[in-house]
Amino acid sequence: MSEQLKVKTMQEFMAEGKQPEILFWVGSAGSYDDRAKKITRAFVKLLNKAQVDFAVLGTEESSTGDVAKRAGNEFLFQMQAMMNIELLNGYEIKRIVTCDPHSFNTLKNEYPGLGGNYDVIHHTQYLKELMDSGRLSVTGEGYRGKRITFHDPCYLGRANAIFDAPREVLSRTNAELVEMKRHKKTALCCGAGGAQMFKEPEKGDMDINVLRTKDALETKPDIIATGCPYCNTMMTDGIKAHEKEDSVTVLDVAELLANAQGL
Amino acid sequence: MEYLPNIIFALALIVGIGFFARNVKKLSRNIKLGKDVDVSDNKPQRWRNMARIALGQTKMVVRPVPGILHILVYVGFIIINIEVLEIVLDGLLGTHRLFSQLGSLYNFLIGSFEVLALLVIVAVVVFWIRRNIIRIQRFIKPEMKGWPKTDGNMILYIEFVLMTLFLTMNAADFQLQQLGVDHYVQAGAFPVSQFIVPLLEGLSTPSLILVERTTWWLHILGILAFLNYLYYSKHLHILLAFPNTYYGKLTPLGQFNNLESVTKEVKLMMDPDADPFAAPAEDESAEPEKFGASDVMDLNWVQLLNAYTCTECGRCTSECPANQTGKKLSPRKIMMDTRDRLEEVGKIIDANKGEFVSDGKQLLDDYISREELWACTTCNACVQACPVSIDPLSIIVEMRRYLVMEQSAAPMELNNMMSNIENNGAPWPYNQMDRLNWVNE
Repeated sequence: MSEQLKVKTMQEFMAEGKQPEILFWVGSAGSYDDRAKKITRAFVKLLNKAQVDFAVLGTEESSTGDVAKRAGNEFLFQMQAMMNIELLNGYEIKRIVTCDPHSFNTLKNEYPGLGGNYDVIHHTQYLKELMDSGRLSVTGEGYRGKRITFHDPCYLGRANAIFDAPREVLSRTNAELVEMKRHKKTALCCGAGGAQMFKEPEKGDMDINVLRTKDALETKPDIIATGCPYCNTMMTDGIKAHEKEDSVTVLDVAELLANAQGL
Repeated sequence: MEYLPNIIFALALIVGIGFFARNVKKLSRNIKLGKDVDVSDNKPQRWRNMARIALGQTKMVVRPVPGILHILVYVGFIIINIEVLEIVLDGLLGTHRLFSQLGSLYNFLIGSFEVLALLVIVAVVVFWIRRNIIRIQRFIKPEMKGWPKTDGNMILYIEFVLMTLFLTMNAADFQLQQLGVDHYVQAGAFPVSQFIVPLLEGLSTPSLILVERTTWWLHILGILAFLNYLYYSKHLHILLAFPNTYYGKLTPLGQFNNLESVTKEVKLMMDPDADPFAAPAEDESAEPEKFGASDVMDLNWVQLLNAYTCTECGRCTSECPANQTGKKLSPRKIMMDTRDRLEEVGKIIDANKGEFVSDGKQLLDDYISREELWACTTCNACVQACPVSIDPLSIIVEMRRYLVMEQSAAPMELNNMMSNIENNGAPWPYNQMDRLNWVNE
């Protein structure tokens, strides 16, 4: 049991008759997956530090339906989306932040067509915003002397052209940023997208995450940074496949920033 | 008899262009077999995309070597067409070098055509070496066996021959001009073909005229033949790249369309006032809409245009994570299969007086296997890589939709994932009441 996080649900905000600054969409991975929960907690620590008046949906949150949509189940996706939209609209949500690029993509791009219009941002964008406005800053040495390479999540980078926010946040931890040969628009997928996370890969001669981790290891990093809970799992497994888990760690941008602040 | 060449030329022109028009009609009919899709929005942005991507070749130069060589061939193709215009007019009017009245401008034009022709030859030779000697990976993938390989080389041979004919024609003409032969006006500059002239030295005037006339005729007949080759070839991209980039996707790559037919049903399901036993208000005879795609007619017409536009360069496949790790999926093959099946459907329609009669085959399984479809990570690398805005991913997703919603044929693990979402709102079997447990862990 670590330090107590300050987390309020939308229901609590409603009871107080208040609106939060922003809604934090935790997502299924961030809520249930043991590794992803650490990212969620790190991000909340940063929100607490920056005294952001944020809300979560808590037990009212449900899958965005993104993964069902990528798998081809448009019915299930739209059922989930419409349920969520009813809830979000009921709470008059204006702004949403999430640590999951897949939730980010569907909330931002696919929900509007079904009646859900929100200003949706990825947590790396929000962290940059908090730093730009002085609500968050790195004071100490941070990651000075460490080599960090950033793996672009497909649904953040190629799919939504957000390349700079995560890199800017990372550079403010004083780390040395190194780029993989394929990065930004040409970044290779980690292998989890399109519902692959939930199934065995088709027959082939290699797993995609092993190939992508090879790209990352070629930069001789101390840390591989990601901005997606699924990429995180895939890259962590990839590191193990290359037997590098003792020398290289995989961390989310939020975790890196939280660590750099000693949170 | 004096006008015989003019008449033959006019006939060749009519036959060549007539056949081409017939092919264009067939092409357009086949593309229209696709479902309607609204692409009437954002016209200024669409024109800009066409100018930038098709005309400006911006995505070609992402890979500099083939990109720059391709620009040479492309610019050569467009510019040298000015010369073709002169040839056509000369052929019809019985004139020779009609535009020579332009004087020094004409010299400049002919000179630049020659330089371009040489550069095209250089590019084409390098392309051939890349395909056949270096054997670059993306040109030797399984889907490139047989006709696609022959087609790729054939185009290079035709371009090589056409350019060689053009330069030889100029060389013979130049020599005839220097000999002061009647009819051969002193016009043009020949920076490249002057080096071919020594090969023609010693030929008598009639022989030179024979060389000049033969190459002139072969050159223009070759161009007409090439025009008609397009429909059967991946080379259609020289025309279709323009509409295809115009109609290309404008939304963020991550945004998939929401199926309207599904929205209607879901709204009805979620409406507490809806009477589940109410008779369907719409026309009873209307066939219920099929979800997703199992054949080409289920795709929209932009996706079919995509298939005809594909020039099989394989940049999509070489960027595909599934393909790079040895899976069967190749986005290029998705496009090639779609075109092949569409052609097959078109032939059935031709053979049955304009009606499609089922041949017991379809795009799914007979062309594209389920294994290919399920290997996709929807990462959009293929869409990003395409130099002419083709979207193979949209076809993959449309076919997955058919498998899941019409056939309930998703892989078992995905079915488990989906029933978890249905039951407890997460892809894993955890209780929704535990969603906030992370706060206190």
